[in-house]
Amino acid sequence: MPDELFGTPEHELFRQTVRKFVEEELRPRAREFDELGRIDKSLFRTMGDLGMLGLRYDPAWGGAGLDWSFSAVLFEELGRADNAGVTMGISVHTDMATPSLAEFGSEDLKRRYLAPAIAGEMVSAIAVTEPDAGSDVAGIKTRAVRDGDDWVINGSKIYITNAATADWLCLLAVTDPEAGYGGYSQILVPTDVPGFRYDLLDKIGNWGSDTGQLFFEDVRVPVSNTIGEIGRGFQQQMMQFQDERLVACVSSVASSEHLWEETRSWAQDRVLFGKPLAKMQNTQFKMVEMRTDLRAAKELVRACVKQRVDGEDATELITMAKLFCCRVSRRVADECIQLHGGYGYMKESMAGRAFVDSRLLSIGGGSDETMMHYLAKQLGF
Amino acid sequence: MKILVCLKQVPHQDARLDIDAAGTWIKEDNIKFEINSYDTYALEEALRIKDAGEAEVVVTSIGPDRVTQALRTALGMGADRAVHVKDAEIDGSDALGVAKVLAAVAKEESPDLVLMGLMSDDSNASAVGPMIAELMGVPNASSVMKVELADGKVTCERELEGGALEVVELQTPCVLAVQSGLNQVRYASLKGIMAAKKKPIDVKGAGDIGLSGQVGAGAAKTTIDKIYPPPKGEGAELIEGSTGEVVEKLVGKIKELGLL
Ligand SMILES: Cc1cc2nc3c(=O)[nH]c(=O)nc-3n(C[C@H](O)[C@H](O)[C@H](O)COP(=O)(O)OP(=O)(O)OC[C@H]3O[C@@H](n4cnc5c(N)ncnc54)[C@H](O)[C@@H]3O)c2cc1C
Repeated sequence: MPDELFGTPEHELFRQTVRKFVEEELRPRAREFDELGRIDKSLFRTMGDLGMLGLRYDPAWGGAGLDWSFSAVLFEELGRADNAGVTMGISVHTDMATPSLAEFGSEDLKRRYLAPAIAGEMVSAIAVTEPDAGSDVAGIKTRAVRDGDDWVINGSKIYITNAATADWLCLLAVTDPEAGYGGYSQILVPTDVPGFRYDLLDKIGNWGSDTGQLFFEDVRVPVSNTIGEIGRGFQQQMMQFQDERLVACVSSVASSEHLWEETRSWAQDRVLFGKPLAKMQNTQFKMVEMRTDLRAAKELVRACVKQRVDGEDATELITMAKLFCCRVSRRVADECIQLHGGYGYMKESMAGRAFVDSRLLSIGGGSDETMMHYLAKQLGF
Repeated sequence: MKILVCLKQVPHQDARLDIDAAGTWIKEDNIKFEINSYDTYALEEALRIKDAGEAEVVVTSIGPDRVTQALRTALGMGADRAVHVKDAEIDGSDALGVAKVLAAVAKEESPDLVLMGLMSDDSNASAVGPMIAELMGVPNASSVMKVELADGKVTCERELEGGALEVVELQTPCVLAVQSGLNQVRYASLKGIMAAKKKPIDVKGAGDIGLSGQVGAGAAKTTIDKIYPPPKGEGAELIEGSTGEVVEKLVGKIKELGLL
């Protein structure tokens, strides 16, 4: 997107740096991370050194103090890592688990947990979803009960990305069951506390990320580990979701573009009935249809980024973009696997992986139905 | 200590190369460019010397506006300032013309070390380094694998044929053309990229460095007559048969050609 929003020499140089990192450190090891079920944690240090982990955060904590346009560049390039799970693990750390801490956390918490997160010395996870409450966030049961200066936490979280890698969690817990939406708090829980453990879950896709179930049994953390105000957790988490959703839009469109390019060269090389697949009109129509969808998705993402950069409330547009981009990505993956034929169904094929990986997009980070539920309310239904 | 690093911007290694209408170069309009890979090692070596002590690293490149990108990358990686020689008059220069321009920049900067890659990814001539040294009247070492500085002298390891190494000592100022792989090239960090915003890029024309009328196509002693992709199918021999037969024939062929 070479223009006034993303097109300064600094955007271009940062893009080059991320691209080089993706080409040298991530893509060659993409299948290794699948086997491992997570990214090599030491790469967070490299990313920290390069300045990739604190783009919008205060320079006082090691951040770069930039705006969302740089985050867009980061995820456009990370979307090409050929490993959706790895991209997700990184984005959970940069844009899903840390924004609340950066925005509402105390100086002491920021010094101890945000600065090392930006440096890549610590990795974070966001723990909201529970076995009995996903889309219905307000239905969570994990309870933090105050005991003097401590919270005592009991409960369980599920489908949590970076479960094994994380050094700390941004946990959403019920702190006052009587207080309605004012009864939740975000609590920073280091993963080395007694009473905490996790089990890894086996997924159909996104193999390069460690998704787990978390258990809290009488876990004690100081009340000073509360991120922001006690009782404001629900509202803070709703804000944090905005970054999460926009990242999903940017990286899904970028990885679909990558897949589109791969599919084009496949169609040029694959010969059947005496001519390349790409010479068949059906292929050409599918390719241009996908290109059109991707272009539209990209424009929508751009509009969201612009609103964020301009400091406007982007909630409605991001909600629409999340719905639209994730569906476009799934459609592109479906068409591309079809054009690859049998090879597309092999685990080693990019199209095959995209097919299972992209399925998550309409579920995680707020499902399609959750987006529509919100939009219907906004539009007065 | 002052180090001048000469960078060439070349077509990106993934760029699709089409030959231009005249048949003497490639179409440059719609392709991406990058810093010549050999030159990135030269830059990294300069930055390591800078990191290890006091040194100013100046980067220079010849070419149109697009070259700014290469210079900015170098500044983002840690170079201190840049000299961009931009002048249509220089277009069409041969290696000697390029060397004259770079030697003129070096004369103005009077660095202790001039570093560059052994050759460029696009024209592979390996000529410019030694030519600059000759024009400056200073010593030169090429295919450099290791650089050590002490007391106004540079000790270099040079790569010879078959992987043998030669150790040479040069007085500064001198010109070193480095081999690829002598170090691991750093990334431009975001911090470096932001700091580079404030670093100056001086733009100069042929006249500014006293070379008006002495460089460019007119002054070139070498011209490119034609470039073309190697014709397909020539020189290849298909070995057929069962795996065992193929291996036997291949080994025979290797022995016949004296390759082992
Ligand atoms: C790989 C992976 C990684 C994840 N990472 C994290 C993480 O790091 N942290 C975290 O907290 N969570 C994470 N999640 C959880 C994810 O956010 C939830 O799965 C998601 O919010 C949906 O919740 P649920 O699974 O409970 O489904 P449910 O809420 O039970 O949804 C079931 C179905 O009901 C639909 N539905 C929901 N609301 C409505 C409605 N109003 N009207 C009609 N239909 C509706 C849903 O769209 C869905 O189709 C992850 C999930 C996966 C699969």
